[in-house]
Amino acid sequence: MANKLIVAPAPHVQTAQSTARIMRDVVIALMPALVVSTIVFGVDVLRVTAISVAACVLFEFLIQKFLVRGSLTISNWSAVVTGVLLAFNLPASIPWWIVVIGAFVAIAIAKMTFGGLGKNPFNPALVGRVFLLIAYPVQMTDWPLPVNGAFDALSGATPLAAVKHGIAGPDALGVQNLLIGNMPGSLGEVATLALLLGFVYLLWRRVITWHIPVTILATMALFAFLVALCSGESGEMLWQLPLFHVLAGGAILGSVFMATDYSTSPMTVRGGVIFAVGIGVVTMLIRLWGAYPEGMSFAILMMNACVPLINKYVKPKRFGVVK
Amino acid sequence: MKTFPMGGVHPSENKLSSAKPIEVLPLPEVVNIPLAQHIGAPAVAKVAKGDKVLTGQLIAEAGSFMSANIHAPISGTVTAVDMVANGQGLRQMMITIKREGDEWAEGIDRSETLVKECSLSAQEIIAKIKEAGIVGMGGATFPTHVKLSIPAGKKAECVIINGVECEPYLTSDHRTMLEHGEELVVGVTILMKAVGVDKAYIGIENNKPDAIAHLSKIAAQYKGIEVVPLKVRYPQGGEKQLIAAVTGRQVPPPPALPIDVGAVVCNASTTFAVYQAVQKGMPLIQRVVTITGKNLKEPKNLLTRMGTPVSALIAAAGGLPENAGKVINGGPMMGRAMVNLDSPVTKGCSGITVMSEQDARRREASQCIKCAKCVSACPMGLEPYFLSKMTQKKNWDELEARMITSCIECGCCQSTCPAYLPLLDWVRLGKQTVMGRIRARAAAAPKK
Amino acid sequence: MEVLLYTILTLCVLGVLAAVILYFVAQKFRVEEDPRIDEVEKMLPGANCGGCGFAGCRGMADALVKRDDISELFCPVGGGDCMKAIAAYLGKAAAEKQPEVATVRCGGTCEKRPRTNEYNGAKSCAVAASLYAGETGCAFGCLGLGDCVAACAFDAIHMNPETGLPEVDPDKCTACGACVKACPKMVIELRKKWPKNRAVYVSCVSKDKGAVVMKACKAGCIGCGKCEKVCAFGAITVENNLAYIDPQKCKLCRKCVNECPTGAIKLVGMDPLPKEPKAPAAPKAAPAAEKVAPAAPKAAPAAEKAVEKAAEKAAPAAEKAAPKTAPAATKEPSHES
Repeated sequence: MANKLIVAPAPHVQTAQSTARIMRDVVIALMPALVVSTIVFGVDVLRVTAISVAACVLFEFLIQKFLVRGSLTISNWSAVVTGVLLAFNLPASIPWWIVVIGAFVAIAIAKMTFGGLGKNPFNPALVGRVFLLIAYPVQMTDWPLPVNGAFDALSGATPLAAVKHGIAGPDALGVQNLLIGNMPGSLGEVATLALLLGFVYLLWRRVITWHIPVTILATMALFAFLVALCSGESGEMLWQLPLFHVLAGGAILGSVFMATDYSTSPMTVRGGVIFAVGIGVVTMLIRLWGAYPEGMSFAILMMNACVPLINKYVKPKRFGVVK
Repeated sequence: MKTFPMGGVHPSENKLSSAKPIEVLPLPEVVNIPLAQHIGAPAVAKVAKGDKVLTGQLIAEAGSFMSANIHAPISGTVTAVDMVANGQGLRQMMITIKREGDEWAEGIDRSETLVKECSLSAQEIIAKIKEAGIVGMGGATFPTHVKLSIPAGKKAECVIINGVECEPYLTSDHRTMLEHGEELVVGVTILMKAVGVDKAYIGIENNKPDAIAHLSKIAAQYKGIEVVPLKVRYPQGGEKQLIAAVTGRQVPPPPALPIDVGAVVCNASTTFAVYQAVQKGMPLIQRVVTITGKNLKEPKNLLTRMGTPVSALIAAAGGLPENAGKVINGGPMMGRAMVNLDSPVTKGCSGITVMSEQDARRREASQCIKCAKCVSACPMGLEPYFLSKMTQKKNWDELEARMITSCIECGCCQSTCPAYLPLLDWVRLGKQTVMGRIRARAAAAPKK
Repeated sequence: MEVLLYTILTLCVLGVLAAVILYFVAQKFRVEEDPRIDEVEKMLPGANCGGCGFAGCRGMADALVKRDDISELFCPVGGGDCMKAIAAYLGKAAAEKQPEVATVRCGGTCEKRPRTNEYNGAKSCAVAASLYAGETGCAFGCLGLGDCVAACAFDAIHMNPETGLPEVDPDKCTACGACVKACPKMVIELRKKWPKNRAVYVSCVSKDKGAVVMKACKAGCIGCGKCEKVCAFGAITVENNLAYIDPQKCKLCRKCVNECPTGAIKLVGMDPLPKEPKAPAAPKAAPAAEKVAPAAPKAAPAAEKAVEKAAEKAAPAAEKAAPKTAPAATKEPSHES
């Protein structure tokens, strides 16, 4: 025998999954939505995504190389995920320099200052988006119309904004347009069906479990249903409003890809459900009575802040312990 | 299909030798018999250098109640009672015997005839098991007579036979169930009599349909014995997981024992050894050992005398392959990596797994991404990521509060970690330290 | 203007209210504490290393003030001077302790103690020690994974990548004992600190028989007992095949250093005694040649063989009983040396 024997404590097998593979799977799961978005808004989508990804990776590389001397982690694809998610939260017409600023906030401030992957308390892409939304409100809400969507029913507002400001009713667009993304909006949020495809892929690859996304959407639907009921609606509106709120805006993108972010979500399934209910409720509160038409990003960030608390008090059910 | 309530993983089964009938390994020329092959006090040597011994003769006596007898696995001359390196390179007391022929001690029935009737009382059965030096052969090596001696105030309700063999690669229990099914079921009736119950379950994972069918057929002839097929999931062979899977009852955290939920669990090979000890007077001097590995020429199941060097088994399977990187005493989930291949097969050794260097080397660990896969994989409902971190910070009080002593060291957490963190390495250390602190506290308590 | 006024007024009232509440709460929940504890804590070094046995300097200060007899308490970092000053302040009798230094008692460098397997687990001596004997054939020596380095709060102990062993910086070492507690193999000992960092000690803790030691490590103590015989002060005892030099009795005469056939007795900060022309039992052993302090070339191979033979004769039974370690073990030395 040529080699020395290797000795290590048990177990002697490791999973085929790896951090890089998980992150790569998330990127793959986002690809259908990117394709749909490109069809809807044109090549600008690819431009914004490319700038965002490149800037995120570059900032992470520079910070690790020159500021926090340590091992480089850009090969684990996590910066790419942040880049794509940030781009998905922007309008296609956004100037390139705003994208770069958003990437800087996401990577440098929201991720690396806390110690990098796994230690950030807030979702980096969302911190980037919210920063831009507050710093550049005009550019961030200038939604281009779908290139081949031959309608201007909403006069350039997102469906959520249109409904909020009373321009149109929740049923104006129709479920079909909401599903295939024939509406104004940020890159990622228009392609509902494609995002759901990504969700299925992530479930199949065992990257995430269904608990958080399904709970968020169910909470939102229930909330909308109750609101419709209380405001005296009846008939079609009882299901139109919940369906609209689940399909429009960033609900699917946020619940599948952002709320399930590992380091900013609770460690237990029960904790995850509490977290998800919180997101659903806060989102609906902002959408219905807040200053902004969309509340998903704020809701996720707010619940991110509660995660350490949830982790402290919600422990897994211990084997053999009866309460 | 039944299974345990939480956590668990499903590693590649790799049961390479499941279709290979048990072969008898030629007798070794020299054997080394460790005095400590079981949990508890080491046995006390009853022979000295120069003594002649017969196969099956008592050579070391149980050091206390929580200990086990040891018998000579071959006949010959004792050449030394001295410190010899074990598989981990640590020196421990061993009796070395040089073989001369194969002469058996009296009173051992070596015929194949099935003896169904057992007229002994429970006390006598347990005494016979103690005399034969039987310990749990699944790897835990808990003395069987201790397990069968139900403490006062507790009551057994059922016997559970562990034929799960959830550890990847290993097939020794599987082959024993197939080839010694009749004897095994008689062994079950003996165990039922020993603990005074009329219900027994044989838990078998459904990746062994032949064993399930075979034992179900035999068990149908007896009263109160039921074969329970189980969903394939590691660590189903863990005592607490098996009880939960079969009866639905969860053993409370330590210091509670399985008997607290009325269960007595016994491994399949151990049950066969019980049959042999009680009906045939055969002490525990040999066992079926699976020698396996993807790069081995011939993975096999070998009936091996205790004390045989592991290298002899590897030679019988075609020798150590060129790219061998790790030799494991046991399976890849819970087995111990070896450094000394001349170390002996012991009572708890159910298999030897040879891994290639490529498979054996751990991939480089990166940082925790809080994916919580370890939490959902833990069959005891613990938080491995947290326990590992707190061990490194030496925060023993926090570890105790988070129930680190419940850890069964199954390795699900570490094998499922996508960052390849050595979670269990740390948790095991933390558990040892916390248990030491609890013992120290208990020892100090009466003084105050 | 009115708004401004009201705002300021409201804030002022709130401030006063809060101050009053805080004052009463502070009165109610005040903890009476001896002010000397603060003073003593200031006099302590503030390293919070735990070398005194308390969790931190505050705990030590508390004990120093509260106990009548403080002769059992000692701060290894501050040393005798610090303890004297505290004792004078408190009017109690101080403990007297000679200065000590952490000493690594293993000479099994990569070269002298070849690796026979590769450890691939968590990088911790405690984890490795609970698993198995270690990467070399020696089950007693340093594991080289650096638990002592991690435990040191004073940057006084470092791994030498060439030897694979930790080295103590005697000027930085405060003898707090953290490394001693951290080492699962109990290789590190606190020994008397001589002026100019001189030291003579047995750099081996192996209790294996001579032949087993020889096989695993060329720098190990084989328990031959030659040093014990030559010591004029009765400082050396051989127990369980291992020599130990009592630091309290040793006078640094260095006679034992020349006697040791394997060079396990280490000499620091001094030149070895001149080689004696007289030839006792192992004439060609030429031990001084391999000492650490002078950078002499390796001893003649013949000398080593002579030693090996002597050891084999000394314990023939042990040689046979000794197991062959992993097959690689027998080959490795010839490759590396």
